[in-house]
Amino acid sequence: MEATATRAEAAARVLNGAGIIAAIKASGIEYILSVPDIVTSAGLLAPIAKDKDLRLIRVCKEDECIGIATGLAYSGKRALTLIQHTGFLDSINAIRGVAVEYKQPICMMIGLLQHDPEKAPRQSPRYGVRIVEPILDDMGIAHHLLSVDTDIAQIKPAIDKAYAESHPVALLIGRSPKQS
Amino acid sequence: MMKRDQCFRILARHVTDQAVVATYSSAVDWVEVSPRPLNYLSIGAMGLDSSHGLGLALGRPDKRVVVLQGDGSLLMNLGSLVTIAAAAPKNLVHFVAHNDTYEANGGHPIPNPKVDFAAMAKSAGYKATYDFSDLRMFEQQIGHVLEQQGPVFATLHVEPSKPLKYDYESLYDPAKRKAFRELWQAR
Repeated sequence: MEATATRAEAAARVLNGAGIIAAIKASGIEYILSVPDIVTSAGLLAPIAKDKDLRLIRVCKEDECIGIATGLAYSGKRALTLIQHTGFLDSINAIRGVAVEYKQPICMMIGLLQHDPEKAPRQSPRYGVRIVEPILDDMGIAHHLLSVDTDIAQIKPAIDKAYAESHPVALLIGRSPKQS
Repeated sequence: MMKRDQCFRILARHVTDQAVVATYSSAVDWVEVSPRPLNYLSIGAMGLDSSHGLGLALGRPDKRVVVLQGDGSLLMNLGSLVTIAAAAPKNLVHFVAHNDTYEANGGHPIPNPKVDFAAMAKSAGYKATYDFSDLRMFEQQIGHVLEQQGPVFATLHVEPSKPLKYDYESLYDPAKRKAFRELWQAR
């Protein structure tokens, strides 16, 4: 009985990359704009790079994604920016100016580097992780934490809403997605 | 040495249904020469104009995109040269107005005025690169530059201009963004 409970608990603590990618596609995303992030490298970026339904644009620096995604949005195309939280922090001015002040549907999937998935990001001992959600709150950017498979259901409604209402959204990856 | 507004007047004679992406001093001069709904000016700061241009080019491969970037802007987003070259949009023509200054921020010099942007673009992998210092040569070749398969890059060596009036409210008018979107998405 105890072993069964342990297995169930372990299963609940999994975030499957394939499920996230399926949700990304179901959200109408055609372009993935990315700088590699070690949190999502194996479980998301590597399979996305091989996926024929998604076009991966590898960029040199994360703020480029904000401009590219905006140009795509003006063209009626959906894009997802896949970056690490350090890249998010580096791109704050672009997100402020373009995504927030010009009200653009910039959808960001952000890996929380060195985050302990059993803790809330705001409780992280890592300063860089701890400040991400408060910054998003201050900027008025909606955000959702994805740590287990049941959280994947948040992806499509969040992206659809961002495009319907033309505002940015952040999907925080709190656990390294499992490779399929 | 050429003047930016002279170059843009010549360019305007060749621009038809392309999206024209411009910021700061380039945007002011371009709008003066060619006010049109397919001007895309709401770009934010820090050199993102080239990245917006890439997004527009990828999103509408059936249409052409012209980026008018300043040298200070491109220096803030040099990586975009590599990103654009790798993404290889055939429909993107990328100009940089090289006047050696951060003109919109007080006319201070860029860190190294001798920087060779066309050489950088070439080594990044642009399909074709140009370097114009002579207005007559620019006028002779501009038609060919715009029609070539991209990504194409061209440096325009220009003088710093007279002090400009930066009317950001007009440049960044949300109504203009809306008009651009509707026209750009139209088939």
